Amino acid sequence: MNAIINFFKKLNNTASASSIIPSDIIHSSEVFKFNGGVHPPENKTESTQHPIEVLKLPKKLVLPLRQHVGNMPKIIIAVGEQVLKGQLLAEAEGAVSAAIHAPTSGTVSAIAEAIIPHPSGLPDICVTLIPDGLDEWIAKPVMQDWRNADKNTLVASLRLSGIVGLGGATFPTHIKLRANGKSGVHTLVINAAECEPYITCDDMLMRERADQIMQGISIAQHLLGAENCVIGIEDNKPQATDSMRAACVDIKGISVKVVPTLYPSGDARRLIYLLLGIEIPSDKRSTDVGIQVFNVATAVALYRFFTLGEPSISRIVSMTGNVQSPQNFEVLFGTPVQDLITAAGGIKSGTSHFIMGGPMMGFDLHCSDLNHCDVPITKASNCIIAATPNLFAEPPPAMPCIRCARCADVCPVSLQPQELYWFAKSDNFEKARDYQLFDCIECGACSYVCPSNIPLVQYYRYAKSEIIAAAKAKEAADLARERNEFKLMRIEREKIERTQKHAQRANTGAANINGANISKAEKNTEKRRATVETTEMLAKTNTVPPLANDETNQRSANEQVAKKQAAIATAIERVKALKAQTSNDVKTNSIGLSTAIKDENLQSGVVKTGTVKNSEITEQEKPKKQAIIAAAIERAKAQKATAIAEGDAPKNTEPSSKTIQAEIKEIDARRKEFLPKHKE
Amino acid sequence: MFNTLTSPMFLALYVMIGLALVLGVVLGVSALKFKVEGNPLIARIDAILPQTQCGQCGYAGCKPYAKAIASGEADINQCPPGGDAGARALADLVGMEYKPLNAANGVEKPKAVAFIDENICIGCTLCIQACPVDAILGAAKHMHTIIASECTGCELCLAPCPVDCITMEPIAENPDNWKWKYPVFPIKLENSQPKNSNDEKKAA
Repeated sequence: MNAIINFFKKLNNTASASSIIPSDIIHSSEVFKFNGGVHPPENKTESTQHPIEVLKLPKKLVLPLRQHVGNMPKIIIAVGEQVLKGQLLAEAEGAVSAAIHAPTSGTVSAIAEAIIPHPSGLPDICVTLIPDGLDEWIAKPVMQDWRNADKNTLVASLRLSGIVGLGGATFPTHIKLRANGKSGVHTLVINAAECEPYITCDDMLMRERADQIMQGISIAQHLLGAENCVIGIEDNKPQATDSMRAACVDIKGISVKVVPTLYPSGDARRLIYLLLGIEIPSDKRSTDVGIQVFNVATAVALYRFFTLGEPSISRIVSMTGNVQSPQNFEVLFGTPVQDLITAAGGIKSGTSHFIMGGPMMGFDLHCSDLNHCDVPITKASNCIIAATPNLFAEPPPAMPCIRCARCADVCPVSLQPQELYWFAKSDNFEKARDYQLFDCIECGACSYVCPSNIPLVQYYRYAKSEIIAAAKAKEAADLARERNEFKLMRIEREKIERTQKHAQRANTGAANINGANISKAEKNTEKRRATVETTEMLAKTNTVPPLANDETNQRSANEQVAKKQAAIATAIERVKALKAQTSNDVKTNSIGLSTAIKDENLQSGVVKTGTVKNSEITEQEKPKKQAIIAAAIERAKAQKATAIAEGDAPKNTEPSSKTIQAEIKEIDARRKEFLPKHKE
Repeated sequence: MFNTLTSPMFLALYVMIGLALVLGVVLGVSALKFKVEGNPLIARIDAILPQTQCGQCGYAGCKPYAKAIASGEADINQCPPGGDAGARALADLVGMEYKPLNAANGVEKPKAVAFIDENICIGCTLCIQACPVDAILGAAKHMHTIIASECTGCELCLAPCPVDCITMEPIAENPDNWKWKYPVFPIKLENSQPKNSNDEKKAA
């Protein structure tokens, strides 16, 4: 029964995926209300009193490598290197990753761990850049008109741009735009809701740079092949709405929709539902139903890259809260928060800490000193709030849950937060998962309305990170199991191989005895026919090996003999040629033959069989060999002597510098120290 | 006689016999087709064990220990790397009473990886042979090094090293492996004397 229901559900989904949204929904002002949501005090007007100001060049820029979702990029510069503005510092590594560029010209002074803006407050690898004040651009690539260029080349070039989603999710944009001509995206949604209190960076951007946003949207639409575009703006930003409407009045297919102010309407899935009435299934992406979402700031970054050739090196940041003059600034990535605070007139008294992001979803910055906050601005930082106990009162102690279900009423994802709370609190992660914990967007609406002041989101975050850590541990355990099993298998295989080799050697020994006997028999045959005869005889013996006891031994012995046969034949040829030079005696041929066979026996490590009876002949050969060896030694000695005479040091120490030699001595000394210690 | 053979009672009998035959064939076929190789309990126990392959349990590795538990030979509390949670999961699986870890097998330690001091290493390959998961790279008379991502922290390489150049380094917390903490609230006294602030302890 379940299978049938699932089948029909799937049918339904595919039907909705293929359906193209009717244009009257896109162009009407109708919005669809999602479940729940809250109305926290907005506090947005303070920071919109002044236009966006470009922050002056800071004294130091600290660029964390971890500024986006996915793999850490690979550093391609070294400490002490001079870099120009826009120069690539680290390139994207792996599929999901983004590049990092120098925000200004200057010198790389360090590549080391420093505090990054992260809820953990832990340090991570950062590139420190000391600006030279010239702000000199690297030669910008000449951008051809994107309308005529190949889409795949454009998206590939985007990998070098370092552009990530600037709304806060920081997902690399080149992956979201990967169209390949069959993306099926028909509608582009531009997220300009900016629903979190205090944040105004997108608002100011729309007021002042609407034309740039429009160009960025056109580029994204072109790359995705999306014919429609809907811009969603909350109704608390009338100026931005007017400005955007004015900018898109001549452009076909773009409409601006005003949505009611309600937190969290800026969440991508909530906004899609608000604007288009389409709910994305929990296990699907918006692109599965033909919708892609971009933030307005990301659109501007796209415009800057594709028309000006500028990579992602700055963003708009709201500096607000308890500062003298709250304002929006255009800030280079890596700028210390302190520069921003100074530009906003400094903090007012009573400031207790700084929040990065909004008050609902942001986190506290870990600044050791309120007057010198060195944490850098990254691609994810949209807002810095100077907090006071008055603005953000410490929550009263949490009381027991009274199961009032207010949290369920406001949950925009229609989850059961009170149930999730019980499961997370009691470490019942399996159950929490069943209740769709991973659909939670951590918006904080539940914590906001909880009459018992329970920090619900903290519990969900705890449960999520525990589940993720357990999954990682499981993966590591599976890898360890696999490697251990492989090692055990290898040891077993080596053991079998060794026993097989022993058996083979025993058999080859027998086969060689045969070969030697044959050579003796062939002793007096004619010079030319000798080799042919031997091979023939060996081939005959293959069929009846005298010492073979069972089938397998016989087969391996046969193979071995066949190999030997070829080796003997070549050895005979070699010796023949040698002998032809020295003497014409027919008898020497047989000498050569037996020596060759003996050599083969020695090479294969078989114990001397004693069948080679021509001891007097080998006796004759010996002095010859000794003479050759002696000559070789003499030659080597002479070479060495001349080298020393010329003043060259022995070769292995020649190229090493004094420091390396000192190091070698030191290591030797340390080893000597350790060796007796162990012996004790 | 003829009548009795076609009577409803016999009809019911035929139906039952027919059903028994059909179901018997189905069962027989499925027994052949869905035959489970090996003992599935061993695999399930092995899945809970942390795969450190350290041998602290007294067996050659995690699989032998799993076999020993399945046969009732070993107790469930002999795996220190699996910790208390591992002992609980094993108790749940095999239907035994939970027991705290046996101190004779060792104590639970924070996860660590081995580290070779490459200045001291003499390239003897003894640790390579001891490593149960091939996480050490090197050759005779050449420096060895640990592949940290493969190391299970079993400490089996420490004992054979003739120059004691291997140490265990606990895995430090970094933004990659950092976890959100369980919410704890300081309970403040009415007079806000911070000297006696107890944290609300996580319920066990």
